[in-house]
Formats: sequence, structure tokens, C-alpha cells
Amino acid sequence: MTSEVAGPAEAVAISPAADPGFLQRYGGTIEYILIPGAALVGALGVFGMFVALFGKSPLDLYFYMYQGAFGTWFSWQNTLTRAAPLILTALCTALPAQLGMVIIGGEGALLIGALASTSAALTMQSAPPLAVQLAMAATGMIAGGLWIMLSGGLRQYRGVNETISSLLLVYIALAILNHLVEGLMRDPTSLNKPSTREIGAANMLGSIPGTDVHWGLVFGIVAAVASYILIYHTVFGFAARVAGGNIRAARIVGLGVGKLIMTVCFLAGASAGLAGMVEVAAVQGRTNANLAAGYGFTGILVAFLARQNPLAVIPVAILLGGIGASGGLLQRRLGLPDASVQVLQGIIFVFVLASDALYGRIGFLKGKS
Amino acid sequence: MADGTIGLWTVPLAVFGGAIRVSTPFLFVSLGECITERSGRINLGLEGTLVMGAMSAYGISYVTGSPWLGVLAAGVTGALLGALHAGICSLPRVNDIAVGIALMLFGTGLAFYLGKPLIEPTAPRLPAIDFGWWSDIAQVRAALRINVLFLIGIALAPILYWAFRTTRWGLLIRTAGESSDAARAMGYSVLAIRLRATMVGGFLAGIGGSFLSLFYPGSWNEGLSSGQGVTAVALVIFARWDPMLCMWASLAFGGAAALGPALQSVGVTSGYHLFNAAPYILTLAIMIITCSPKRTLTGAPAELSITR
Repeated sequence: MTSEVAGPAEAVAISPAADPGFLQRYGGTIEYILIPGAALVGALGVFGMFVALFGKSPLDLYFYMYQGAFGTWFSWQNTLTRAAPLILTALCTALPAQLGMVIIGGEGALLIGALASTSAALTMQSAPPLAVQLAMAATGMIAGGLWIMLSGGLRQYRGVNETISSLLLVYIALAILNHLVEGLMRDPTSLNKPSTREIGAANMLGSIPGTDVHWGLVFGIVAAVASYILIYHTVFGFAARVAGGNIRAARIVGLGVGKLIMTVCFLAGASAGLAGMVEVAAVQGRTNANLAAGYGFTGILVAFLARQNPLAVIPVAILLGGIGASGGLLQRRLGLPDASVQVLQGIIFVFVLASDALYGRIGFLKGKS
Repeated sequence: MADGTIGLWTVPLAVFGGAIRVSTPFLFVSLGECITERSGRINLGLEGTLVMGAMSAYGISYVTGSPWLGVLAAGVTGALLGALHAGICSLPRVNDIAVGIALMLFGTGLAFYLGKPLIEPTAPRLPAIDFGWWSDIAQVRAALRINVLFLIGIALAPILYWAFRTTRWGLLIRTAGESSDAARAMGYSVLAIRLRATMVGGFLAGIGGSFLSLFYPGSWNEGLSSGQGVTAVALVIFARWDPMLCMWASLAFGGAAALGPALQSVGVTSGYHLFNAAPYILTLAIMIITCSPKRTLTGAPAELSITR
């Protein structure tokens, strides 16, 4: 797995080194692949040493990680199923990042989106499945969007730091979910694990034909591509990036910064809300505390590792989905605690941030030599 | 004594006792974060530090049999995490908020990993001082069983207040936070000052975590801290980076957080989860009231990235 990540980037970087014009043109892009790739390899190395401290073989670790993530068709499907919500929650961080905002509340929008879409499905039980699914997606996105828009609005109109407010909203969302699931929306037959009623098998999202991967993956890819086009190929996205680069310049040229912030935050939250809808309609079938599985938090890491680029979010989410998917195998074969995936994610995050210091400093990528 | 004798007074009494118990982690984390932020850096990773502190305190207390060694271990763990934060932030172009988020995930993950074998065993807890000896009423005695760490925290607030104003170290930290150029011009290394400030902040946050596992709730499990670290970081902002205000805010928060369990003890169970979310709602509400888009907050260290 290690060689897979860095391999292609190195191959590209080394072979055309004789042509300085190539490096001048693509040096930056190569940097964006090479440096996070190196950070990932470094993190895997440190995690290997960490595991070796507990008497487990790092080579076994890498082998089982590869097996559990990408080794078989079964593990690939598991990986892709986990990648779907990660793409959507990563967009919740990556989109506001274009405006220079650090939103880390994707988990909250996911939970609220899940609650809203479950309520929609439960109130229209007799409607045809397609209508139910559309209503679920719409309510989930609107609820999640409004949830993150709250953070954006507080930042814009009250000067409240969006990082902290979005994180506080995660805990509030979790409390609302627990409150409703154990009270108003509780299915009386769910004894040990309080849950809402099920949305019904007919209303569940199916799998992509020929696979066991649900349609949420397609939703995620479409959302990521649409976000990419919005940010890099529309006037709106250009305005957002101007405001992210220099907010005063944006105000001077007459951009409506408030409207930009609110719209982008709504889209970001809608994306995470859709992740909640997908988890309900394709995996859980109901809302309960299982939904707080940490996809929102892993999504932050995906966004940072992808350097907030909506298109890069897709492969990174698959990679991190793979790490998550390998957790079960590591637990069974190596006897590692289930938190080992979390430790690895933390180490990767630390390495990726520390590697920010390297940009523009790698001599041979500047095309000077 | 029977419960009926003090009737509804149970609730305010339980809130009072809870305020003292629950506020201690808030108190330590917010005072630690206060030092770090005054030096011009924000460490959002204290949530992870808190959980790591709780785990290491419990583990060391279990292995050595001495809860005070556990408290020390928690502090040292916190200081190490603080050093990691400061070390990464010393690199050029690295965002301190993002590093905090990373360490929050790393700290909780590592604590769950290393703490897996500690969920079952029972470690020796920290002792409490019984200030309620004069009363016959069980609830009063329960509310007045106060832990030494709480008293240390309460004493620390005015000491810090004084230290920021008058000591050489306090002045250096504030200089680094207000103008790194000025500190550099005086011949001091801003990075070194921030490294120490972040380590001390982590040390205190780790001790706050030891209180969670060794006194109240007094056990180690993965649901031990749910956002107390984050709340405490937010609390520093509306306490205007003033240690005394941090102390009062922590007490208010402890009271708010104790409301849910207090009401549950008299049989009010509906809305339990919402009452548990009271500290977060309160934090958000106070931030909405006190922040303003037009001016930076009074008392905010000028170098702090979070106030903009």
C-alpha cells in the first residue's frame, strides 16, 4: 500500500527531469501529490513502529491493511461503501475552506441530516419509494445545510469563530438525536438500542448493479465533481476563492461576502446532510446512535489530505475508507484494538499538517536545476 | 436521613455539588488554554489531551497504587502533547487550529488504544476532603465532599492572574501574544516562549483529565469526555483571556452540566440528553452574545489567529 501511494508520483517526477519546462509547468501539481504522499508513507512508518512496540510485526500490519482495504473484491466493496459518506463529509470542510473558513462540524450536519431524512421517510410511508427517497435526500440536505449555515451566519454576522461553533454544534446535534430517538421518535420495540422506526425495506437505496456498493458512492462522486466545477469553473467559485484569498479585496470589488459565506456553508452542510441520508437509507435503515460513527471527523482529515480540492477528495476518501475497512481485519488477525484506525488517522493528520512546511522548498521541483 | 426532608432543595444542592465536581476539568483546561492563548497560539487539541490525561492517570494509578502519581503522569502526558503541538506549529506555514484538530483526533484515538485494557480494572481514586461533617443530611455531605484538585484549581486562578500582571514570565508570555516582533526585538525566542506556554497548558489540561478518571465520574471508559475540552477552549474566549473570569465561567459551566443528573436524581428524566447538552448550548449562546463582527474582542492577544 505504501509503494502504491507514492509510486506513481515519484515515477512522474523523476522521468521527465531532463525537461525543466515540464517541471515549471507541473512542478506545483507534482508537489501536491508528492508531499501528501510522502506524509502518508511517513505516517504509515510511524504507525508501524508504534505497532511494533506492542510486539506485532509491521509487515503483517501492512499486509493485513492492504488485504482488508484493497486485497479482494469483497474488501474493495467495503472500502467503497465507507468512502461514500467520507466524500460527502469531506466536502463539508473543503467547500468552506475555499473561503478561508475552517468548518469541522460535518458530523453534526450528518446527524441532523439523518434525523430529518428519517422523519421525512416516516411521515410519507404510503408514497412510492422514489418519492420517499427524493424527499429524504431533500430534507436531509436542507437540514444539514441550515445546520452549517448557522455556523457561517454566526461567523459573518456575530463574529463567532466558526471552528468552535461548528464543533459545539456537533455535540448539540448528538444531544438532539439522542433526545428524539429516546423520546418522541422512539420505536417502542427497540429495547436495548433506542432507535426510530425503520424506513421500510422498499424505501432503501439499492446497490450499484453488479456490486454490493450502495448508490451513495455515486451521490458522493457527483457532489465532488459538481463542487469542483462550482469552485474552479464558475464565476461564483471564482468570487469565493477571491474572498478566501483576501476578504478585504473582495469587499472592495463589491462581492457580497455574506451571501457567499451563507451559500457555501449551506452547500457544505447539505453535502454532509446527504451523507446522513445515505447512511440511513442505504446502511442503517433507521436513525440511532450508531450514526455517530465518526465519518464527520474522518471527513475533516480527508479534506486536509486532499488539500481542500473537491476532486482530490474522491481518491483520498477511498484511501481513508480503505484504512477504515481494514480495521476489522487488524482486530481479528493481529488483535489490535478497534481504536488503532483512529490512531493511524491521527498520525496521518499530524504528518500531513507538518508537511505543509515543505511546499516550495523541494529544489528539484522548481525547475531550477 | 430520608430524602423527603429536604424535598426540592435536592436540585439546587445537587447543582451546587455538581458545579464543584464537574467544573474542575473545565477549570484546569481553561486555565491551561488561557496560558497558551496568551502566548499567541490556540491549542484546540486539549480535548485529546484531556482524554489522554484521564487514561494515563487511571493507568498509572492502577499500576502504582498511587492516584497522585497518576495525576503527575497525566500532567506529563499533557505536557508532551503540548510539546508536540508547539513543535509542529513552529514549522513555517503550519496552521495552529488545524494542528489542534489533528491532535484532538490523535489524542482520543491513542487514549482509546492504550486504554483498552483499563476499562475493566478498578484503580485507586483520589481522596476527597469532607467539608460536610457538620451536617446530618446525606445530600449536603455528598455535595460538600470536595476534591483537593478543585481547591488547587481555584487557588491557581488568582495566582495566574497575578503572574500575568506582575511577573517576568507573565509579561514575556503576554509580549509574545501581543507582538511577536516586540518579543523578538527584546532578544527572546517567540517559538520557545510559545513552546513552554503550550506545554504548561497541556500539563494543566492533563491534570484536568486525571480528575475525570480518578474522581468524578471516577472510572475510565471511552465516553468519559464528550467535548469538555472544546467547551473549555471556547470558554477562554468569552472569559476574555482573564484567569479569574475563566474560574467563574468554569463554575457556571459545572453548574449547567450538573443540571441534567440533578434533575434525573429527583425523577425528571425527560430531556435528560438536552440538559446534558446545556454547557454547549450555553457556550454557543454566550459566544453569540459577547462576540461582535465589528471589533475584535477586548483583551484578545493580537497574535491569536482565532480572533482575526
